[in-house]
Amino acid sequence: MNRRGRIVLGSLLVALVVGLALALGVREGLAVAFGLALISSTAWLGPTTARIVGAVFGAAIAFGVTRAAEGALPGVLVAVAFAFVAFKWLPVRVLRRIAFLVPSLVLLIFTTTILMYRAPGSPFAQEKAATPDVEAALRARYGVPKSAISFFEIYMRRLVVEGTLGPAIKVRGRTVEQLLAPALPVSLSLGLLALVIAAALGLLLGMRAGLKPNSFSDHASMGLATIGISLPSFVIGAAMMIVFALKLGWLPVAGWSGYRHIVMPAVTLALPYAAYIARLARSGTIEVMQQDFIRTARAKGLSERVIVLRHALPGAILPVVSFLGPAAAGIMTGSFVIETLFDVPGVGQWFVKGAINRDYSVVLGTAILYAALVTFFNLLVDLAYAWLDPRVRGQL
Amino acid sequence: MSAGVAEQSRGPWEAAFARLRKNRWALVGFAFFVVITLACFALPAFAGLDAVTTNPVHKHLPPSSSHWFGTDSLGRDYLARVLVGGRTSLLVGFAATLSSVIIGVLYGAVSGYYGGRMDEVMMRFVDFLYGLPYMFLVILVMLLFSETARGNPLPVFIALGLVEWLTMARIVRGQVLGLREREFVLAARLLGASDLHVIGRHVLPNVAGVVTVYGTLTVPSVIILESFLSFLGLGVKLSWGQLVAEGVSVVNPIRSYWWLLAFPSVFLAATLVSLNFLGDGLRDAVDPKTR
Repeated sequence: MNRRGRIVLGSLLVALVVGLALALGVREGLAVAFGLALISSTAWLGPTTARIVGAVFGAAIAFGVTRAAEGALPGVLVAVAFAFVAFKWLPVRVLRRIAFLVPSLVLLIFTTTILMYRAPGSPFAQEKAATPDVEAALRARYGVPKSAISFFEIYMRRLVVEGTLGPAIKVRGRTVEQLLAPALPVSLSLGLLALVIAAALGLLLGMRAGLKPNSFSDHASMGLATIGISLPSFVIGAAMMIVFALKLGWLPVAGWSGYRHIVMPAVTLALPYAAYIARLARSGTIEVMQQDFIRTARAKGLSERVIVLRHALPGAILPVVSFLGPAAAGIMTGSFVIETLFDVPGVGQWFVKGAINRDYSVVLGTAILYAALVTFFNLLVDLAYAWLDPRVRGQL
Repeated sequence: MSAGVAEQSRGPWEAAFARLRKNRWALVGFAFFVVITLACFALPAFAGLDAVTTNPVHKHLPPSSSHWFGTDSLGRDYLARVLVGGRTSLLVGFAATLSSVIIGVLYGAVSGYYGGRMDEVMMRFVDFLYGLPYMFLVILVMLLFSETARGNPLPVFIALGLVEWLTMARIVRGQVLGLREREFVLAARLLGASDLHVIGRHVLPNVAGVVTVYGTLTVPSVIILESFLSFLGLGVKLSWGQLVAEGVSVVNPIRSYWWLLAFPSVFLAATLVSLNFLGDGLRDAVDPKTR
């Protein structure tokens, strides 16, 4: 990097810090900038350091999760076992992601706290008996002091030392874990089913279209895909609700008490992603079918079926696989809207409720959960990608 | 599909436009989009439509000759509300896209051009933001504004612009990374041109095509995001998203106010579909390889 490059970098950094300070306050802005620097620095960890840091952080997470569920001793055992296995066998790329996750989570908690405290209103704003004494007592009881920094300290101490996400402020007598524990399987099953529908439908349509480019079925399915991308999911959802629930009466309108309730939300959630996957699969298929190894396979006299399934499919789904990570994140956040529309008691509903009610602990709990899930999906995608593409396998 | 000899003798932009002109769907999309935009911005004033005056006597009227799209729960003319709501949706869409293009292009160009460690740091930051569920970020930023300020387009467009620039930055960075090694850039640098000059005169013009394409495709995704926010009760007052959300909220088995849901949905969907067709056409025209 030459001198001018350094000047540009320097002025960009100054602009970033000033912008953060303006948006969050001087002290907080500086802290966030420091956190960002820390996260960026994980890019330079050498392979051995990344191994150690990733294994240690992974063990810490394993300890936290196991202790919350089973107690301290199993937590230690699981953590030690995880650290050993991770250090020995996990690919560097995976450990790097874990090393990246922990500082990211801390920064996420910090930034979210600052943003929530800067938002007008507070969790105690609508209390009936909001005399100063009562409010002070409530703040002390729930661990919500007036300054964002002290809240962050209390929250982090609670999280690290006691391994709990803290009491929910608006739902009396429940901790955030107790609220989210029943909601997580709901959101996960909805999200996974949506992801499976999206991948299956998208691959089927996209590969069919890609095998016969510019045919009628190609144009028809791609036109359909464009429309699928263009419609907001809640419009599709509302239309399905009117047709299948209100007019035909095949499926229940909303709620969550059986497999019939999962159909409409999952399909609604899946359709835009199915459309996107169809496009990716189509262009992937077209590209792969022009490769030399396909010609070789044809020359060997293999049947078209074997060519498509054994030789073209892995190459064609590579772009789809790398899209699955962002798609999983998008499906999970898309579920904010779908869960509200179909009244599904999932994590997304708690986030929206928490954000609107200023229930700080609930918002932070859902944020941690989402960030962890997104990282987990990206890990899976990384591994799947390496498994499918021999060229990447060596780089793990 | 294949670029003929005649095509290669023209400039890249001319060739792209020639290809675009042949794409019927893209042209239909463009025409449709122009019509909707004109209708939203000009029609209410010309036809003397009133989106605000309430008239409780005429509430929930189905479409008729005096109220083409019927009336809403407060007796306001729904045609006027759909058209005026379209203004906000389109404005938010374009403003947020513009800001995301400016931020994304600058960020991506600097990151790709300087490369190396700086690129790594800058892209790590983008990765961090990418890893967050974006709706989460948008909702948090929206909460920074008080309930009354939240109805204005400004907070929405700040919040959306803040997350939408990431993709643009990645695309531009990838392009610039490749351009940096090309001979004409090297030649300009050897002749002693400053970095600013090289980026402004030689690199960015070559990225313009891709930026136009993804900019066009960003507009519909911003409009969709805005409608999500409206649906959750955090969006702009009087936009398509908010009208659709209202329409969804009155869906019930007993009485159907179908026009409250149907008209804004059709307008929203038609705009987004036409923008997507136009964007796809532009992409094929600018970069024929992707077809």
